[in-house]
Amino acid sequence: MEKNVTVSPIAKSTLIGQRVKKPDAPDKATGKTRYINDMVLPQMLIGKVLFAGRPHARIVRIDTSAAEKLPGVYAVLTGKDAAGLKFGFVRDNVALKDKVRCEHDEIAAVAAETEEIASRALELIKVEYEDLPGVFTPEAGALVGAPLVHDNFPGNKSLHFEFKHGDLAAAEAASDCVVDSVFRPHHVTHCCMGTSCAIADFDHNGKLTIWTQTQYPYNYKMDLAPALGLNPGDIRVMQPPVGGAFGSKLDVYPYEPIAALLARKTGRPVKVIYSREEEFKAAPTRQAAIIHMRTGCTRDGVLTFRSADVLLDNGAYTSWGPTIPVIMMRTTSGHYRVPVVDFKAQAIYTNNPYAGSFRGYGNVQTTYATAQQMDMLADMVDLDPLEFHLKNAQISGEVTPQKSFLRECALVECLETAAAASDYSRKRKAYAAARDKPGRYKKGIGLASSIHNAGGAKIHKSDGIGTILKVDDYARVTVITGASEIGQGIDAVITLIVAEELGVPVEHVTIVNNDSDIAPWDVGVHASRTTFIAGNGTRRAAQKAKAQILSAAAKMLNEPAGTLELRGGFVVRDTCGTPLIELDRLLRRMHFQNVPELVMVTDYYEPNSEPEGAKHISDHSAAYSHAVHIAEITVDTLTGEIKVDKVTVAQDVGRVINRMGLEGQIEGGIAIGLGYALSENMRIEKGMLRNPCFRDYKLITAPEMPPLDMHFIESNCAEGPYGAKGISELPTIVIAPAIANALYNATGVRIFNPPMSPETVARAIFEARQAGK
Amino acid sequence: MGITATVPGKVHITLKVNGEEMEVSFAPYKTLLEVLREDLGLTGTKHGCELGECGACAVLVDGAPLLSCLTLAIECEGRAIETIEGLANGPELHPLQEAFADLGGSQCGYCTPGAIMTAKALLDNEPEPSSQRIKEAMAGNLCRCTGYQQIVESVEKAAGCCRHAERVKA
Repeated sequence: MEKNVTVSPIAKSTLIGQRVKKPDAPDKATGKTRYINDMVLPQMLIGKVLFAGRPHARIVRIDTSAAEKLPGVYAVLTGKDAAGLKFGFVRDNVALKDKVRCEHDEIAAVAAETEEIASRALELIKVEYEDLPGVFTPEAGALVGAPLVHDNFPGNKSLHFEFKHGDLAAAEAASDCVVDSVFRPHHVTHCCMGTSCAIADFDHNGKLTIWTQTQYPYNYKMDLAPALGLNPGDIRVMQPPVGGAFGSKLDVYPYEPIAALLARKTGRPVKVIYSREEEFKAAPTRQAAIIHMRTGCTRDGVLTFRSADVLLDNGAYTSWGPTIPVIMMRTTSGHYRVPVVDFKAQAIYTNNPYAGSFRGYGNVQTTYATAQQMDMLADMVDLDPLEFHLKNAQISGEVTPQKSFLRECALVECLETAAAASDYSRKRKAYAAARDKPGRYKKGIGLASSIHNAGGAKIHKSDGIGTILKVDDYARVTVITGASEIGQGIDAVITLIVAEELGVPVEHVTIVNNDSDIAPWDVGVHASRTTFIAGNGTRRAAQKAKAQILSAAAKMLNEPAGTLELRGGFVVRDTCGTPLIELDRLLRRMHFQNVPELVMVTDYYEPNSEPEGAKHISDHSAAYSHAVHIAEITVDTLTGEIKVDKVTVAQDVGRVINRMGLEGQIEGGIAIGLGYALSENMRIEKGMLRNPCFRDYKLITAPEMPPLDMHFIESNCAEGPYGAKGISELPTIVIAPAIANALYNATGVRIFNPPMSPETVARAIFEARQAGK
Repeated sequence: MGITATVPGKVHITLKVNGEEMEVSFAPYKTLLEVLREDLGLTGTKHGCELGECGACAVLVDGAPLLSCLTLAIECEGRAIETIEGLANGPELHPLQEAFADLGGSQCGYCTPGAIMTAKALLDNEPEPSSQRIKEAMAGNLCRCTGYQQIVESVEKAAGCCRHAERVKA
């Protein structure tokens, strides 16, 4: 025993599954956190953008002379200043336009001393337009002879995806029941509470520093560079705290290169920040689509095939929106055991706002279709939907037609847990029996589930993460990681894992993850991957540091190797917990000995998943997960209003890491899904957004949030950190069809064109009664 | 009193913010939100919609919650303005701040200052609100991250702490 150590034995304990607060939460609760929206740099100018305000037009001429003469204006840019600087997935976008293709097209930009002067300058810019006929639905865009949004994309065709497995004609012939329906999921948008913002500044060597809200800082450099004619290596990405992202910051949008072009022109830092109205109009959307889906089964209720023919509203430019079929097809082929699959999707350019990625990434739209068709088929073969689901549910070890390997599959357990907790089968029968009885208010219960990648998605060449971890002379740990914190709570997960491995308090862990010149590479926050991927990276780095520390301790203390552990800030004997030396004292001895050693380790973690590939036959995620939601609702059959009384959730989380963060992600995910299901709707008329404010675009508020009964199923994922799987998208994906199925249970009507707003539901009920159903 | 220079097009008044008298010059049409953030450097109060629809800019004026994006700063001369920066007692967090941090009431945190100020007005007037009452009082504070459950739990916990603190004082 080292002198000065008089601590009693320290028992084994674990933080895994405990509640750990976000390290940034106290500063956020005191107003101390400086978000990007709050930042002011010396000599900073304000940039403002002139939007077209019309969906499709030729720009005849622009006169910026009056704006340029306004005192306090430092630069006025137009399309000619960005000519040839194409960016985006298919290089169809440019920061400032020479033709108008959608309402929010950026026509000119101004940098001025104040926002007031910049706004005044925009008013002085004279633009003469020649309006062109537009296309406002994907069907219209696909017609022969339709006006072209981009001259170099004939037929308005953007991305196309296909996947086929098995003999569709034979499977159809072998089916006793087939449901055939067309779903029309709508446009919604992220509504981050902090509006879009970027600050750009060039140094005199031509290197750009950009403060941004991005959630994928490393690929962001690659995507931003062509919009500026820069080498990606000459871009430094800074990530100050942000007011939400939810997928909206997974691409470069024109305001970011505009800030940089203005900064380059003026030689001063330039900040572009959107008003809420600009945010509604110019931020990306969740993709609207037309999904023609067919599913078949035998009279015993065994699925025989599923086909989906999807037409996507690309909008005017190709961001992440048109890539969502990558996930749509995984759900079409993998949501329950489907032996034969036929999927195709075509994105069509229109003059509508364009879609980005949004929590759920195509699976929100697809599950709205698959989960309702499961319910419809159960009805046709006269089975309790629970029984129908169980009959077709995969079990551990199964492989889907696209080769997703469901190594640990807890779908059956999720179904049984949620159904038992909500008394699903009894209530469903009782509510269906009461459906045609008199009474204005009807109760309904609906079950839905889905599958989603839960260990990243290898759609890039790599799905990995770099981690650097150092432990200083005072046993304070710094983790330098590529993992971005956008409010979702990876910072708490990282501190928890370091504390678990190194036996230090969570408060002694510092995270550096806001500067691309410092932190190593990561793909970004998407695909429910960050706890899984960054959790593994952090754990591996911490274990390397721990091995180094324990090896030095064994030598110094003359203890057998492999018998020591780190606990409570001490090196202890593993078996009895007897403290042998304080960790910080040991670290100083390691540092200041004859052959000094510092504890600083690096790790690059690449998950064992396979690249997506052009054929889409690959085990593209390191894990897959399921969630089941059972929604209980009351429908006012007169007004069409749906009140959600309760939601029972059973989700395969692999293993709970930070219980508080997990609950917060599921509750928040369901709130976004409820808005999608019930009230949120971008009203786009001939390309123009008619409701760009929270009064007319209705988010879920506190009193509308139903009680949630959450059950976490721990399937212990072999590849996940401590067994964990990614969790954050499924809650948003599953809730809408659970409500749709509850609506059917209550009233006998189905809504194929969400949201299930009062007017839509009341009309459907009215029409069903008129038809005598 | 020092010499007050008059800047053309600006008013020069004293605002009482978090108990401190602050002299400030600003264009008379500026909102309280803009003056707090731009002229007084108090960026804890957030800019969410500038239309009075999201609650991110809520502050207390004479104890009542008020949307600072819809209020002209000149209307607040001589009134007691409380912002999120004034809630903590030195290094000691207000029970609401402590609860929001401890219970996950804050994820991205952008709506948190407005939510806490609204909750403070509620608890100042109703020390023991039901969870339904808390939800109704917070209906004007939009949050896109949490689904509100952990916000409601935070306010409930803070209400318990405030009551406890009052009992100890008494």
